[in-house]
Amino acid sequence: MTRVSDEQTGLVLKDVYRVFPGDVTAVSDVNLHVQNGEYIVFLGPSGCGKTTTLRLIGGHDDPSSGTITIDGEMMNGVSPAERPITTVFQHYALFPHKSVLQNVAFGLKMQGVDKAEREAQAKAAIDLVGLTKMMDRKPRELSGGQQQRVALARVLVTRPKAILLDEPLGDLDRLLQMKMRVELRALQRELGITFIHVTHNQEEALSMADRIVVMGDAVIQQVGTPEELARHPRNEFVAKFMGDNNVFHGTISGTNGGNVVIDTPHGTVEVPGTGTAGQPGSMAIRASAVKVSTDATPAVNGVTVRLDFAEYLGDSVKLHLDLDGQPFMAKVHEERYTEIRAFEGRDVTASWAAEDGHLLEQ
Amino acid sequence: MTWLWYIIGVAILVVPFAAMVLLPIQRSKPVLTVYFVLFVIFMYGPMVAMAVLSLQGTSGSMTLPAKDLFSFHWYSELNSSMSVMVAVREGIGKSLWLSLIVAVITAALSLTLGMAFRRQFRGSGALFYAILLSLMTPGLLLSLGLSFLLYYAGIQKGEGALGYVPIIGVQAVWALPFGFLVMMSIFNRYDARAEEAARDLGASNVTTFREVTLPLIWTGVFGAGLFGFTLALNEFERTFLVSGTINTLPLQLYIITTASVLRPYVYSLGVVTILLSFLLIALFLVVSGVTGRKTTRAVEEDGSGVDTPSMTPAAAGGD
Repeated sequence: MTRVSDEQTGLVLKDVYRVFPGDVTAVSDVNLHVQNGEYIVFLGPSGCGKTTTLRLIGGHDDPSSGTITIDGEMMNGVSPAERPITTVFQHYALFPHKSVLQNVAFGLKMQGVDKAEREAQAKAAIDLVGLTKMMDRKPRELSGGQQQRVALARVLVTRPKAILLDEPLGDLDRLLQMKMRVELRALQRELGITFIHVTHNQEEALSMADRIVVMGDAVIQQVGTPEELARHPRNEFVAKFMGDNNVFHGTISGTNGGNVVIDTPHGTVEVPGTGTAGQPGSMAIRASAVKVSTDATPAVNGVTVRLDFAEYLGDSVKLHLDLDGQPFMAKVHEERYTEIRAFEGRDVTASWAAEDGHLLEQ
Repeated sequence: MTWLWYIIGVAILVVPFAAMVLLPIQRSKPVLTVYFVLFVIFMYGPMVAMAVLSLQGTSGSMTLPAKDLFSFHWYSELNSSMSVMVAVREGIGKSLWLSLIVAVITAALSLTLGMAFRRQFRGSGALFYAILLSLMTPGLLLSLGLSFLLYYAGIQKGEGALGYVPIIGVQAVWALPFGFLVMMSIFNRYDARAEEAARDLGASNVTTFREVTLPLIWTGVFGAGLFGFTLALNEFERTFLVSGTINTLPLQLYIITTASVLRPYVYSLGVVTILLSFLLIALFLVVSGVTGRKTTRAVEEDGSGVDTPSMTPAAAGGD
């Protein structure tokens, strides 16, 4: 392995492209620096390039251009086996003909660790994921959650610098997913290893990541903490993909104090930021920042909407509203359910404070 | 009256479909059962007839009805007929060895071909059909062609150990498409992710093959070999013209049954041969049963993912 830089520790992707035969660009212009010990989640719809990026990092595919380094070591052209990274594959890819112990010990066996030593280490890893009693079982004799733990133990035992997880919770039912989210996160903190996790599930990404990398159309749309992504989606793609955002498009008509004024087909909105009059402008407002009332509709940052359906979610009520034929969303406190439901089928006012709005990049 | 036979023939073909389409499932079941019982009788009837005829007494004849039942007379006659027994023993010995060799060759070639066909390559389509072509080539033509070739090459058929090579060749060519199709279907259902995981964990290509691929496709390789064995054991027309003086079991049986005077010991010989085949198949099934994995019940997802006594399938392997 070639040392290319002493300064940058962690995983660095620089100008990475992956173009498949037939000019299909799967990954385009990806630049990312993952610090050691970070929990990173790649989030995006299917076909957005997140899994390809993971495969490039793991060495299961080669970038068409660009470089990947780990702690300054060049990874381009280095085989998956030689990278200090291991992958927990989608659907786990356990060896069906080997016992749990043999599965977990496999990586050490490949490293030439002698039998007694590798079994001792494998047992420790199996113990770490709580499967000591299942050691002699075959994968098919385990439940989905247990198989997923075996897959984890199998990579942990080789002490990698980073672990790549491809949709690790995708095969589990919802309750188990919630449980494994916490467990995975706890395990990662305990071990201090970099985890790079790929998912299409926003909730999963928000609940687990130190930083989320949102991918769409083969490019990184935004990198940020869960809070940043939830509160400040950078563009329309992220705003829509993260969900619970309402987006307005229009033309900037001027500024008002620290706010930009945008004329939209649904009325005038003001949002913090700067802009040039005459240019197109878009803004997003989170569903939970929208106030729903029967007051008169304000001239700015307010729209008249019809309440189609109030969806009770336990801790909140999601309001499905109709804004001139387009869907609009608001979230109110659970206590208002009875009151709000009485307005189903009727017009109400949705309004928000200018500072809760959020100017989107064009 | 030929047209009547056509109608009967078509009716036989139409009955199961008509039963499935016209009758509700519950009522079509007995019809189909009767139909397939008749079919099995048709298939194995001649064998039963042969078995019955082989059990006649001294005055037994070559045709039904059987006379003087039941007796092992023709079996002892067969046993005491030195020339026949020597020929048969020789045939069996040669055929078993040849079939084993063909089985190994078929398994090895099917495996490597199957591995090659996991990815498309230039000419893979053409090669696929070329391999399957030997299913459609009349066997006698292959035999004839090779026979000419050997003649022009100045190779004496059936001479020494080298004499077995053309026989093995034509039998392997015959068995290969079957073994190849077995491996193709195995690889169609094969999940390559386990291999990727093995490489990710540091396994070389050779190690991945030994540790992961082969154990997972072993039953297919075994099946391909079994095809090679049974097809070689029964092979007649391809072997016929290239074997020279080497007589395999089917060739010996052919010689015996076309000999001057036929006596019912031929039926005894037929029964013995069939029993031998059954014995071999049983043997293979036992072997594959031992090497194959024991089936076990899968554990129900309990949602906790943690070991609790209630979900311990410790007894799962026991049944």
